[in-house]
Amino acid sequence: MSVNYIPRRFDIVRDNERCVQCGCCVRQCSNECHYFAEGGKIVLADASACVACHRCVDLCPTSALSIQKHVCDYRENANWAPQYQQEICRQAQTGGVLLSGMGTPKPYPIYWDKMLLNASQVTNPSIDPLREPMEIRTILGRKPRQLEVDAAGNPLGEMPPQIILETPIIFSAMSFGSISLNAQKSLAMAAKNLGTLFNTGEGGLHPDLSDYTDYAVVQVASGRFGVHKDYLENARMIEIKIGQGAKPGIGGHLPGEKVNVEVSNARMIPEGSDAISPAPHHDIYSIEDLRQLIWSLKQATQGKKPVSVKIAAVHNVAAIVSGCARAGADIIAIDGFRGGTGAAPTRIRDNVGIPIELALAAADARLRDEGIRSEVSLLAAGSFRCSADIVKAIALGADACYCASAPLIAMGCHMCQTCHTGKCNWGIATQRPELTKRLNPDIMHERVENLIHAWNHEIKEMMGGMGINSIDSLRGNRLMLRGIGLSEKELQILGIKHAGE
Amino acid sequence: MSITAGLRPYAAVNEEIRLMLQKKDKAVVKDVNGQRYIGCGIDKGKRIEIHGTPGNDMACYLNGGTVEVFGNCQDAVGNTMGGGKIIVHGHTGDALGYGMRDGEIYIQDNVCCRGGIHMKEFRSMKPVLVIGENAGAFLGEYMAGGTVVLLGLHLKRGEKLFGTHCASGMHGGKMFIRGSYPRENLSENIRVKNLDESDKKELEHYVKNYCRYFGADYEEIMSKPFKKVVPISSRPYAGLYTPN
Repeated sequence: MSVNYIPRRFDIVRDNERCVQCGCCVRQCSNECHYFAEGGKIVLADASACVACHRCVDLCPTSALSIQKHVCDYRENANWAPQYQQEICRQAQTGGVLLSGMGTPKPYPIYWDKMLLNASQVTNPSIDPLREPMEIRTILGRKPRQLEVDAAGNPLGEMPPQIILETPIIFSAMSFGSISLNAQKSLAMAAKNLGTLFNTGEGGLHPDLSDYTDYAVVQVASGRFGVHKDYLENARMIEIKIGQGAKPGIGGHLPGEKVNVEVSNARMIPEGSDAISPAPHHDIYSIEDLRQLIWSLKQATQGKKPVSVKIAAVHNVAAIVSGCARAGADIIAIDGFRGGTGAAPTRIRDNVGIPIELALAAADARLRDEGIRSEVSLLAAGSFRCSADIVKAIALGADACYCASAPLIAMGCHMCQTCHTGKCNWGIATQRPELTKRLNPDIMHERVENLIHAWNHEIKEMMGGMGINSIDSLRGNRLMLRGIGLSEKELQILGIKHAGE
Repeated sequence: MSITAGLRPYAAVNEEIRLMLQKKDKAVVKDVNGQRYIGCGIDKGKRIEIHGTPGNDMACYLNGGTVEVFGNCQDAVGNTMGGGKIIVHGHTGDALGYGMRDGEIYIQDNVCCRGGIHMKEFRSMKPVLVIGENAGAFLGEYMAGGTVVLLGLHLKRGEKLFGTHCASGMHGGKMFIRGSYPRENLSENIRVKNLDESDKKELEHYVKNYCRYFGADYEEIMSKPFKKVVPISSRPYAGLYTPN
């Protein structure tokens, strides 16, 4: 018997007084932790493969199950934490690059939690959004430097294409392949009903989503999967994916196991073959080359579609954003290093990139300094956990926020961080038919809509409290933010004062 | 009636081409001087004839139409093309046929770096890239499908059939290469084989087309032996990762 050098992470605790041995947990667990014993009479569990996704817990009809952290102490060592020892054992076993799912779980500073919002007291009135109009409509696109009108007030000249959103929240890129078609369809339905956008990622657009193309952002990534003329022409917006916050600087490999017949149709590659996205676009080695791709997409769509460029937040983000704006991007999405992913090398996810808060503040300031902020819309991405994070991002300068993990949690995700295994018990990050059918788009789109409606209302409440009745007046309004427990340097980069100032 | 590009910006030239192709099936563009995106996304049944030197991204997203160039081309010809035909009576720059999914490209002379990069096929869509002379480094990098034919005509002493890192990361499709080739420039993940009967039939078809377009001697081309380059695995990185 080979030695398993890594203790299990969790214990499955079964309350035998409650358990009726119905086997629901056995059927639900794709990790095969639960099993029948004694000829099917009793149910037992082996937690060695448990990922704490809570599927069995949440579906147990008698609430007999709970998951606990498995305690198996190592000798205390502040340097050689168990995580590093276990990862070394994994690599000693396989020789492979460590692969993780979801955003980094490392305790890096979260600046949203170190910024506080303002509210009106005495000197100006706060506004009650329940009784007074409150505008959160958001318009994305390049704005002209000046607007010329004729004597009757009709605009002269052409307006660059604009996208009108009914919320500053849009759904970030998740390809069909990384998530199931049912998950993507739920987001598409929600986007349509909410008046916002979903993003196909680089997986192409599945024919089942043809009713939602007016709400689709389609990506052009280095692998160019599924990119063809109709795909570009039918979208609401085209996004050139340069980078992703969870894995800046590298490409992606969708393993052949996940390329089933449906995924192959959308990506337009053979079934079972690896879908490899190279690290760079091989037609982009410079800002000038980016300009070439941006304008080729505008040529292909006769200038009718706004073109976005999505980059990962990295050290020189402000200069890069400026370059993208000057290259002709209508919209620039910056993805912070806490952003989620279906799969990323652990070392990259946990060590490369910078937080969205600092990147956004730096980019917004740079564009203002250069007098070109109005020529481009800024999208912030990289982990928004609640409506307050979004209000703070808009006050730092974002036009809108890309959210993905939050709507996935609304659909059942429990952040077990094993998307890359393709065994998602909630039917989200998997292509196995028996698992994807667990996610019903007709129910899940409503849960996502509920979440965004709730956030929209909370955003209005916070705006009203500040005495602001239009989200345009909040955008880049850093006076509404104060830092708490931040250094002079951090305050300087964020462009905000400290609480009490 | 033809369109004269001259020194006008690409947007004006391309708009004129677009309007002409709305009325007619063919547009002739003369005195082209580096204007970009000519032939971008043109549909089946439409044809553009270019005289001069078109700029980057010529015939990008080509959607079934035909573009014939009497002159040399710059970078990224046929970028992400989804079908149609490109015939170049001259040579081309880098990243030729990047991500092309269907259709045919015939280049009379040589191509620079990264020709046929990430070509891919899907069901009946099988892209074909035929190069008359030689190719630069990284030919067929990341290639995931389709066929590259490299004829190696008119090579001078010391000139190699292809540059370094040929077929690096290739995981689908095939290349037919003619005559002697620099083995040291081939990547490790590929295998060189002899052509079988169906390969020969396929190759003959492409070579005949090449000869028809460019007036080359079919018998002379076929008198030298061809080899077939294929990837060892369609899953080159299957064992790269360890779930954490």
